[in-house]
Amino acid sequence: MLHQSTVTIPASTSKSTSAVAQALFAVLLGAFIVGFAGFSNIGAVHNAAHDTRHANGFPCH
Amino acid sequence: MSVFRAIVFTAAAAGLCVGLTVTAIQHVGPIPLILKAEVYEKQAEAARQAAPAPEAPAAASAHGQDGGGHNHAGHDHGGHDHAAAAWEPTDGLERNAYTALFNVVEWIGFGLGLAGLLVVARRPASWREGLFWGLGGFAAFALAPGLGLPPELPGAPAAELGARQAWWIGTALATASGLALMALGRSVLLGVLGGLLVVAPHVIGAPQLAEGASAVPDALSRQFTTAVTVTTFISWALLGALTGDFLRRFGGAELKS
Repeated sequence: MLHQSTVTIPASTSKSTSAVAQALFAVLLGAFIVGFAGFSNIGAVHNAAHDTRHANGFPCH
Repeated sequence: MSVFRAIVFTAAAAGLCVGLTVTAIQHVGPIPLILKAEVYEKQAEAARQAAPAPEAPAAASAHGQDGGGHNHAGHDHGGHDHAAAAWEPTDGLERNAYTALFNVVEWIGFGLGLAGLLVVARRPASWREGLFWGLGGFAAFALAPGLGLPPELPGAPAAELGARQAWWIGTALATASGLALMALGRSVLLGVLGGLLVVAPHVIGAPQLAEGASAVPDALSRQFTTAVTVTTFISWALLGALTGDFLRRFGGAELKS
């Protein structure tokens, strides 16, 4: 890896930029999922996730 | 494999393992305490409905008292939204199945965040690296919010839900950012800033009720705090180690640069 020439640098830079973008998208998706399961105020979701919320220490009720 | 796909595979596998493991642990730790607390909660509820309850909280008096005192059909006690109208799972298998399902969903969500941040920070994926990040997650999403808002049992008095959720999320994000600055920041100044971010939510303070008698005995609440904290510690340590290891396996060459 260390002996990659300067020619490959633009390509690997754009590749790692895209890797960061994909990873950030995954983080956002994760935040959305955690928010839905742990913080959604919809009654039926709250009731189904009730014990999960309490047992994971999320604010509930 | 694209980076996104590697992260999703990693998070799905790690979240499934952690969700199912933690469900099993919850059944010997926190959940029996929740069920015990609900007995007290229901007793208190019954007592409140039997008595005219002059000290009923605002939310209860708003929708229970203005019809001559006997329109308690569908009445729900203040601030607690097991609303009579909303669907809820029946006790036993159905309820426990939903708990398992939401545990898996929850930990897949945390796994996506953890794996994504490992990639963003360009850290080498390994079980030990993941474990340290998992311990950070435990500090940010369990310890720090739990200092101001200890894990609550049903029936324990609590401030308004929206305010608690906002403080909880704000504290978790501030602690996570603070830890990241301290661990990865390239200067002392960033480290100090990180430390301030960790402390700030507790200077602001969590929303608390001024007073309020708990339907649940204090001893039970303390037991619950310990049970939840230990359970979430195991979950985060396991999630971190599995995420680091799976990311190394699924990530391949893309993530090794």
